[in-house]
Amino acid sequence: MSAIVFEGPTHAGGVAPAEPFHAKKRWTRFILPTYAGLVMLYLVTPILIMILYGFNNSGPKRVSFRWLGWSLYGYIHLFAKPDLTQALKNSLLVGVVSTIIATILGTLIALALVRYRYRGRSATDFVLFLNISAPEIVLGASLLSLFISFGVPRGIATIIIAHVMFNIAYVAVTVRARLAGFDRSLEEAAGDLGASPMQTFVKVTLPIIWPGILAGGLLAFALSIDDFIITNFNAGTTQTFPLWVYGAVKVGIPPQVFVMGTLIFMGGVVIAAINVVAARRKK
Amino acid sequence: MNDQPDPARRPIDPALLRGLTQRRYSRRDMLRFAGYGVGSAGLAAFLAACGVKGSAPKASPTKPGASPSAIDFTKYYGDGKPAGTLNFANWEDYIDVDSKGNSPSLQAFTKQTGIKVNYKTVINDNDPFLAKIIPVLQAGQDTGYDLIVITNGGGIERMIALGFLTPLDHKFLPNWEANADPKTKNPNYDPGNVYTVAWQSGFTGIGYNSKVVKTPPTSFKDLLDPTYKGKVGMFANDQDLPCPALNAMGFDIDKSTSDQWKTAADAVSKARDDGIVRKFYDQSYIDALENGDIVLTQAWSGDIFIASAPKSFGGDGFPEMKFVFPQEGPIYWHDNMAIPLHAQHPVDAITYMNYVYDPKVAAEMADFIWYVTPVPGAQSVVLNDLKDPTVANSPLIFPSAQDLLQAKQYKVFKDSAEKDEWDSVWQPVYSS
Amino acid sequence: MGQRMATGVQLVGKPKARLGKRLAPYLLTLPGGLWLLLFFLIPILFMASVSLQTGSLEQGFQLTWHVGRYWEVLRQYHVQFVRSLIYGSVATGITLLVAYPVAYWIAFHGGKHKTTFLFLLLLPFFVSFVIRTLAWQFILADDGLVLGTLKRWHLLPHSFHVLATSAAVISGIAYNFLPFMALPLYVAIERIDRRVVEAAHDLYAGRSQVFTRVIFPLSVPGVFAGILLTFVPAVGDYVNASILGGTKTTMIGNIVQLEFLQNFHYPVAAALSFLLMAVLLIGIFLYAKVLGTRSIQEYV
Repeated sequence: MSAIVFEGPTHAGGVAPAEPFHAKKRWTRFILPTYAGLVMLYLVTPILIMILYGFNNSGPKRVSFRWLGWSLYGYIHLFAKPDLTQALKNSLLVGVVSTIIATILGTLIALALVRYRYRGRSATDFVLFLNISAPEIVLGASLLSLFISFGVPRGIATIIIAHVMFNIAYVAVTVRARLAGFDRSLEEAAGDLGASPMQTFVKVTLPIIWPGILAGGLLAFALSIDDFIITNFNAGTTQTFPLWVYGAVKVGIPPQVFVMGTLIFMGGVVIAAINVVAARRKK
Repeated sequence: MNDQPDPARRPIDPALLRGLTQRRYSRRDMLRFAGYGVGSAGLAAFLAACGVKGSAPKASPTKPGASPSAIDFTKYYGDGKPAGTLNFANWEDYIDVDSKGNSPSLQAFTKQTGIKVNYKTVINDNDPFLAKIIPVLQAGQDTGYDLIVITNGGGIERMIALGFLTPLDHKFLPNWEANADPKTKNPNYDPGNVYTVAWQSGFTGIGYNSKVVKTPPTSFKDLLDPTYKGKVGMFANDQDLPCPALNAMGFDIDKSTSDQWKTAADAVSKARDDGIVRKFYDQSYIDALENGDIVLTQAWSGDIFIASAPKSFGGDGFPEMKFVFPQEGPIYWHDNMAIPLHAQHPVDAITYMNYVYDPKVAAEMADFIWYVTPVPGAQSVVLNDLKDPTVANSPLIFPSAQDLLQAKQYKVFKDSAEKDEWDSVWQPVYSS
Repeated sequence: MGQRMATGVQLVGKPKARLGKRLAPYLLTLPGGLWLLLFFLIPILFMASVSLQTGSLEQGFQLTWHVGRYWEVLRQYHVQFVRSLIYGSVATGITLLVAYPVAYWIAFHGGKHKTTFLFLLLLPFFVSFVIRTLAWQFILADDGLVLGTLKRWHLLPHSFHVLATSAAVISGIAYNFLPFMALPLYVAIERIDRRVVEAAHDLYAGRSQVFTRVIFPLSVPGVFAGILLTFVPAVGDYVNASILGGTKTTMIGNIVQLEFLQNFHYPVAAALSFLLMAVLLIGIFLYAKVLGTRSIQEYV
C-alpha cells in the first residue's frame, strides 16, 4: 500500500506536457487506453459484485451465488448477527488503538531518521525495511512463537501488539517521505524569535508534517482493519471482522458481511476523497 | 450408572483403560504424580528445559481435583447455585430458531431458570476452535465459554487427555440419566460420561444433486468414479475421509493396518490426481453443493436434510439434494457438550445440559436441527405434539436399529504413534 | 525542555541542549525501536528456537537442537514449498505485465485525471482482503454469473470449472496484489524526466526504441520494488489457496497455518516459516545489495 493513496500523485517529472511524443492518429492509439480501462474494470469488478450481492434476496442464512432478486435484508438487519457486530467493533477498536500507538512511534522514528545522523541509523533503517518486506505469515508465526513460549494468552491485547508491530515501519516510511523536503530554517526562525523547542515543535513543526502523519495514520488504520494473516495467528478466541468472515466462508457468509464490506468501502472512499481534496486545497 | 461415585471412579478403572484410552489416562496419571517426581523422562526433561530455557510452553495444568477415588465436585460447582449467565459456544445451524432469529428453547430455558444465555456460533471446525481455546487453558485462564460442543474422533479426546474439561457432577443430570439414548451413554471416548454428554449425533454418508446425478450412488466407491469428474467433493479431515474410504474397501476401521490405510489412501489419491475429486472440504461442501460447484459429495446427514427442506420449513429450498447411506454403512459420530476447565458458570452449563434432555425440549430442537437427537423419547413428541411426521419418520433424524447396526464409528487410536502414522498417510491426501 | 527559561539560565541550558541533541535521535528511536525489537526481531529468534524443539502439545516442547527438523519438513513439504514459489513468481509476472502498461498510460497520458485513475487502481484496498477473494469465488462459481451464463449458451462444457484449480489461485493472488505492483511502477514512470524522452525523440529514436532504451531502463527501480512488494506477500499467502483452490493447490502458508493452528506441531510450523523467511531474505539481501534499502522505501 502506498502513502500516495491519501496524497494524490506528486509531480517529479518536471514541466513536460502530457503527451511525451507526437502520436500519429492511428487506431493503435486506442489500444493503451482501452487496455487501461479494461484493467480498471477488472479491478473494480469484485467490488461491484460485493455491492450487488449485498442486495441479493437470498434470505438471512447465506448469500447465494445465484441471483435471487433484490432485497434490503442485509441493510435492515445489519446488526442482527451479534458475533459479527462484535467482530466489527473489535476491528475498529484494534484499528484505532494500534493506529494511535503506531503513528506516534513511527513518527518519532521518522523524525530521528531524517534529522539526525547517529549510530544505529542505518540499522534502524534496515529493520524498517526488513519489517515491511517480511512475509506476513512469518511475522504472525514468529510473534505467536514468542507468545507460546511465554504462555501469553492471545486476545485483543496481542492483536494490538501485532498490529502496532507491522504498522510502525509503514508510518515511519510515510512520514519520512513527507519530512524529507522539510525546511529547517522555519524552525530556526521560530527559535530565534524566542520560541521554546516544545513551542517550536507544536506551533511550527507539527503543522507542517501533519499531513504526513495523517497519511501514515490512515495507512496504518487501513492495514489494521484489513489484516487477516497476522491477526489469525495472534487472535486467540477474539474475532475481528476479517477473521469472522473467513470463518463464515466455511458455512456460507450471511448477507450482512457484504453489506458491512460495502459500508466500510464507502467510508474509506469518502475519507480518502476528503483527504485528497483537503491536500489539494492546501497546495 | 445411577450413583455419582461410579462415573467418577471410572477414569482410573484399569479394566476400562485397556485398549480404549490408555495414552490419555496414563498421561493424566503422569501429571498427577509429576509432583512426586514419578513423571516420565519426557516430563522431567520438559521441566528441566522449562527451568533453564523458559521457552517451552506450559503443559496442561495438573488437576488437584481429580483424585483417584472421588472427584471433589464442590471445587468446580461450589454451592451448586447457577450464576445466571451461560456462555454457550456452538456450531452454525445447530439450535432451533424462529422467524425472528431467536431460539425458542433457549428463551424457555431462560424463563424457567433465570439463566441468560449468550449463544455464540463460533465453532466452524473442531481443531481450529480447539486451537484457539487450548492456549488459553494452558495459561490457566477462562476461555470465556461455559459450554462447548465438540465432536468425538480427535477433538473431545484431546480435551480429555489434556485435562481441560470440567468433570460432570451427575447429580445435576437426572434428565440425562432418565432419557438419554443408552447407545450414547458410556461412549468409548469418554467412559462413564465423566466429561461429556451427547449434544447431537449424525452420519457421514453421501449427498448428491439428483437433478444431475440420475443414478443414486450406493457406495463411497462411487465418488471415485470419473462420471462426475471435477464435481465430486470429499472431506478434509482425519476421520471423515479415511473412515468411509477404509470402510468401503471392506477394511475394519478399528483393526485396519497401515498397509490397508495406504491402499485406501492411494485409491483416493488416484481419484484426486485424475481430477475426479474437486476439493477436500470442511463444512463448506454444503455451500458448494447448493451452488452447483459439486454434485456428488461426502456429506453429513443433517446438512443435506436442511438443504433439501423447503424455505418455509426453515430449510434452504433445494429439494433435489438427497442423502444416502452407503451400502457398506455410514459413519456414526457424536457431538458432545462439555464444560471447559476454569469456566465461569459451570452450574449454569450443567443445568442446561440437563435441560436439553427433557424430551419436550429435545423434540423442539430435533424438529429444527435435523441431526440425530440423543433423546429417543423426542420422536413421539415430534409426531404427536409437534405434528411433524416428516421429521419423526425420517431415518436421518430417528435412525432405525438396522441403520445403527450397520453404522461404523470413527477410528480410535491406540497411542499417539498410531495417530501420527495415520496422519502421515492421510494428511498428504487431503492437504496436497 | 518545555518550560520557558530566563535568559541567564539559557547559558547553562546550552550544553544541556547539546547533550539533548546528541541523545535526541536515540530517544526518538527508542520506543518504536524497542517495540520492533520485542515483537519483531526477538520473535524471529524464538521461532528459530521453537523450530529446534521436540515434543507434543500434551508433553510440552523442549529445546533439543533437533536440526534434522529442517530436513524433515523439507522432505515432507517440498512440493508445497516449491509450488508457493512458482505461484508467487507467476502471479508476480502477471501483475507486472498487467500493471506496467496501465501505470505507463496513467503516468504519460493520464492528463488531469491522473489522481482519479490512480484512485481507481487503489480501490480494491478499500475492501477487505478476505471479501475481495470471496467475491472472486462468486464471480467464478461453476453456475455463477460468468461460467453459468456461458454454459447456458453452450459455449462451455458443463463440467468446465475455474475454481479449485491452480489458475484460480494464481489469478486470485495476482488480483489481490496488483496494486502493490502498479503503484511503484507508476511512481517510477512518473518520475522519468520528460525532457529525456523528448531528447530521445529529437535524436530520431523510434517509439519502441524510446521505450526499450529510455523509459523502461529508467523505470527499473520501480519494477524491482514492485516485484519485491508483490512476490513476498504472494508466496506467503494462504487465503487465496484456501478459498479459490482445490486439490494440489495447497501453498506453504496453508501448511504453516495448519501445523501451527490445527495440528499443534509448533516446531514443524516454525521450521517452515523460518525456511520461507530464509529463502526470501536471501533474495531481499541481494536486492538490497544491488539497489539499497532506500529505493524500496521510496515506493512504499
